[in-house]
Amino acid sequence: MSGKTLTRMDLSEAVFREVGLSRNESADLVESVLQHMSDSLVAGEQVKISSFGTFSVRDKAARVGRNPKTGQEVPINPRRVLTFRPSHLMKERVAAGNKS
Amino acid sequence: MIRSELIQKIADENPHLYQRDVERIVGTIFDEITDAMARGDRVELRGFGAFSVKKRDARVGRNPRTGESVEVEEKHVPFFKTGKLLRDRLNGK
Repeated sequence: MSGKTLTRMDLSEAVFREVGLSRNESADLVESVLQHMSDSLVAGEQVKISSFGTFSVRDKAARVGRNPKTGQEVPINPRRVLTFRPSHLMKERVAAGNKS
Repeated sequence: MIRSELIQKIADENPHLYQRDVERIVGTIFDEITDAMARGDRVELRGFGAFSVKKRDARVGRNPRTGESVEVEEKHVPFFKTGKLLRDRLNGK
């Protein structure tokens, strides 16, 4: 792993490069894509991006957890978690690109 | 929501853009994330989440049908961790 970390800025730079909109507008578009995805997930919907992957929201039941340090029991409230399932294409590309 | 619905929402908000440009914009964003992971890089989108690559060590697996042992090579898989803000929003905070 090369250890580089990309951010929103790199994504908007790519949009700027590919589509030729202003840097500002490119950044706004990246933000609205993330915003729409988040809103949809918060509404409990699945977000399915073909050839990328699927984000889904799962309900977790309440359970009794344990503080691993003290061994004390603590209740864990029911909660919603987000899972991402990469597409076959993404899995293949990531596996091929990182082959040693 | 599927990709085409996402594209439609962005297109509706940006009437000055051609539909095909919106398709390219959305495609570019997702391609850029996949390309980064294919290089072994991370993509950190504060508030949303982070995409990274995890290494799975080589192991001896078993064909569940025949019970036969098979060597499974080391491989790298995509991983997503939800950001704090989105996690909190999912739980109504």
